[in-house]
Amino acid sequence: MGIIDTLKGLLTDSGFASLMADGGWQNLIMILIACVLLYLGIKKKFEPLLLVGIAFGCLLVNISWFANKAGIGNPDALFHQDLWDRFLDPKDAAYHSYGAILAKGGLLDILYIGVKAGIYPCLIFMGVGAMTDFGPLIARPTSLIMGAAAQLGVFLAFFGASQIGFTGPQSASIGIIGGADGPTAIFLTTKLAPELLGAIAVAAYSYMALIPMIQPPLMKALTTKKEREIVMKQAREVSKTEKILFPIIVTIFVVLLLPSTAPLIGCLMLGNLFRECGVTERLSDTAQNSLMNIVTIFLGTSVGATMIGFRFLALDTLKIVALGLIAFGFSTVGGLLVGKLMCWITKGKINPLIGSAGVSAVPMAARVSQDVGRKYNKNNYLLMHAMGPNVAGVIGSAIAAGFLLKVFGG
Amino acid sequence: MNTIGEKLAIGEAGLTGALGYAVVFIGLFLLLVVLIISGSIFKAKAKKAAAVVTPAAPAAPAPAQEAKPAPGSAGEVKLFDVPDKEAAMIMAIVANKLQKPLNELRFISIKEVK
Repeated sequence: MGIIDTLKGLLTDSGFASLMADGGWQNLIMILIACVLLYLGIKKKFEPLLLVGIAFGCLLVNISWFANKAGIGNPDALFHQDLWDRFLDPKDAAYHSYGAILAKGGLLDILYIGVKAGIYPCLIFMGVGAMTDFGPLIARPTSLIMGAAAQLGVFLAFFGASQIGFTGPQSASIGIIGGADGPTAIFLTTKLAPELLGAIAVAAYSYMALIPMIQPPLMKALTTKKEREIVMKQAREVSKTEKILFPIIVTIFVVLLLPSTAPLIGCLMLGNLFRECGVTERLSDTAQNSLMNIVTIFLGTSVGATMIGFRFLALDTLKIVALGLIAFGFSTVGGLLVGKLMCWITKGKINPLIGSAGVSAVPMAARVSQDVGRKYNKNNYLLMHAMGPNVAGVIGSAIAAGFLLKVFGG
Repeated sequence: MNTIGEKLAIGEAGLTGALGYAVVFIGLFLLLVVLIISGSIFKAKAKKAAAVVTPAAPAAPAPAQEAKPAPGSAGEVKLFDVPDKEAAMIMAIVANKLQKPLNELRFISIKEVK
């Protein structure tokens, strides 16, 4: 082969040539979107630990895989959407075959196996459990009701999605954005609607980062100045034994009630038991640091890899983004309304602002309750009180996901 | 109910949503009951333990000043070649390791070992 032929081959095989071919413009737009997400993650610090990985995964896949090329005939690609489509096609020989993925997949295909098998979200939950102090929830168990109420958006968005053309499993995956819990959203979506994973993950993490902007207007609209100024009494002290028993009780109780929650609740509570039992400090440290960091890298980049132009650039993505915002808003409203109800029942002993923290997003939502409370009363410290509904929301969204998985998971 | 790949009718979607919300409430409400019961057991135990400790107090009378330390403080600490800042740090670390509030601990003295 002459030099001219070699150069010609290099040019036609290059990504630049593919960008100019049919459908290549979609990859080009996705590259721009990836750069915007990188900007938001790095400069604006929007959930940077995950958003930077997601954005870079999106960038990598859109410069290495093009819809106008046969994916399998493109061995250099990092991620092969067509392989995963075959993985989900019951009529295909590669149906549910991880062997086919390992044999023909690229780096991101192999990393994505951990998402597809539901491993990464559960390991992240283990880290979250190891980092979370459930003391405020144990001290004031009524916080659980606020955590439950703040799942309102999940089911309203589910209902809305089902009425604008999404299937049941897709609607369930969209609704769970309202749980404000990234790992739960990814876990449920990979099980029910993997084709929407990229859009749902980006929507969930973007809105979680935007909580300080989404929640305060709703908090002000739904509470009076007098309610916002309520100073709550310090909750009782929780003993070490109670903290050790809590993860065991929750696991036994919730998993027996709804077995489909076992992967999420089991890992969350195992991580918390590592933290509280006092004899597994090394494991607790690993779960909340090294393991969490490694899994975050794998999860972010492989979820970003699902954002391929021809799949992501669709009207459905815009619908998901809109429904996600509705879900977040209504979840906040649900928590606040029950917070108000509890304020009324206790004759003003509970500040309803802590209800909005029931949307999970630990600890950002609790911080928002604290900030809004302090704005109206400089001596008001709501953070620890808001942590109760906040961690209750994590359990609540896992139960909501377990329910939806039970109904639509086949 | 299993509606994989199918679009849901308005009634079915509404019912599923309402049922799901109810399941979350019921699950967390039952957990609330369990936590209240276990919490009351622990509270009762703590009260019992406090009641056992209280009668023993007159048997070993202590000076009034020692029995009632000022809120947030448990007396003076003698420092030998240790700056205030480092002493505060050491006390905070010890309190954290023991998982006890600082005002429940009493430091007699802190001395630098050379």
